[in-house]
Amino acid sequence: MTLLAFPAGWIALIAVVLVAFWFVGLYNGLVRLKNIAKEAWAQIDVQLKRRHDLIPNLVETAKGYMKHERETLERVIQARNAAVAVTADPAKGPAAVGAAENMLTGALRQFFALSEAYPDLKANQNMLKLQEELTSTENRIAFSRQHYNDSVRRYNTKLEQVPTNMVKNFGDFPPMEFFELENPAEREAPKVSF
Amino acid sequence: MDLGLFDHIDRNRRRSVILIALSVLFLVALGAVLARASGVTPWGGMAAAVVIGIILSLVAWFEGSSIVLATAGAREVSREEDRELVNVVEEMAIASGLPKPRVYLIETDAMNAFAAGIRPEESVVAVTRGLRQKLTREELQGVVAHEMAHIGNYDTRVMILMAVMVGSVAILADWYLRSMRFRRFGGGRRGGGKGEGVIVLIAVLCAVLAPLFATMIQFAVSRQREYLADATGAAMTRNPGALADALEKLGGSGIRLDTANRGTQHLYIVNPFRLHQDLNSPFASHPPIEERIRRLRALAGGKTARPA
Repeated sequence: MTLLAFPAGWIALIAVVLVAFWFVGLYNGLVRLKNIAKEAWAQIDVQLKRRHDLIPNLVETAKGYMKHERETLERVIQARNAAVAVTADPAKGPAAVGAAENMLTGALRQFFALSEAYPDLKANQNMLKLQEELTSTENRIAFSRQHYNDSVRRYNTKLEQVPTNMVKNFGDFPPMEFFELENPAEREAPKVSF
Repeated sequence: MDLGLFDHIDRNRRRSVILIALSVLFLVALGAVLARASGVTPWGGMAAAVVIGIILSLVAWFEGSSIVLATAGAREVSREEDRELVNVVEEMAIASGLPKPRVYLIETDAMNAFAAGIRPEESVVAVTRGLRQKLTREELQGVVAHEMAHIGNYDTRVMILMAVMVGSVAILADWYLRSMRFRRFGGGRRGGGKGEGVIVLIAVLCAVLAPLFATMIQFAVSRQREYLADATGAAMTRNPGALADALEKLGGSGIRLDTANRGTQHLYIVNPFRLHQDLNSPFASHPPIEERIRRLRALAGGKTARPA
């Protein structure tokens, strides 16, 4: 009580309260950035799943027209199933997922190249719809990866910057990893399919 | 390029608060002057100004987007109707990390687009049929990214608040000028002395100049936000060239958008009336389109946006 009787005591108390508020603000800011990056990572999986879900429809539609391309269609389905299995397996890391998705990209590319020879298929309304959905899905995957990297960059930068670099030791704030586009498995994958 | 997409949010939120504070002061002062000149107590004018401001703000806050959409003659588009457009908007929502806005179409040959919404969670993006038909998928992406940038930067909120300020000032000024005409024909209630004459003169000047002044501020803010949205949108798609191509097509179209008006023109991606604004006039709602294209091309041609 006697402490608060003096103005200096009040000033000290106000200063402590202000610093506490400031600290809470910085801490919550870091939590927010970390969660944005985590959500961005989850979004990549959502888009990969979207791609996996589209492919059975695509093959089903193409089957009636591309009777002589059974092998190609089968390869697309196999690559799709392999990608689903890798994504579902928690033991496989991002590199394995990237490799499987690239096998799928290669198979799809071959499929679309061959589909050029079937004008009836290309005019099919369902096929046009699926083609647009696949184009969009490829974009979504690329943009969700880009958004993840942007979010990680913001979060990691904050971890290093003053004053948040002092706050990070009070909570669970490890630096996060970027999604690497340039891993060797991804570069080689398209060649394998041809 | 600045890759922290929405680093301007905080600044824009602060700007909103300052803008509201200044608008309230400006409105209250105008109300006081006009009331004093009308022979009413200044408190009455200040109260009237505050009431008008509050009513317009409430309407804008809860109905702003619907009003803008209705004025523009826009209708909502479903995925079944225009799969590509809805997909492009969803792609840009993913790239920006924002919630997916509702998508609207305006049936006109003019080429334009706008975004509206107080909060990103309930925002809308509208494009015209002309734009939809003449742009490639990548160019459409650039335009939509520009609109998403407005939403993410909270420009849409600032712009609606600016419209409220301009509207309130216009109502007050109009009110005074009308009542003055009425008073003149009805005969002065009080014998106006010399001092009264000066005050009436000042009030008339205020009533005439205040709306112009408010519009100038509104357009100054708008011009600056367009450059920022171009840059943020380019960071989103990593493809500034596509937006530059789109702007070139928009600038070359020459078809006016009839459903736009003075109150909504600053919301559009390009000025719906005068497509080529050669000078940075204080009454231009948009920067010159050529300058915007030049800046985007500089981004595209200079260092690559995508980090190695």
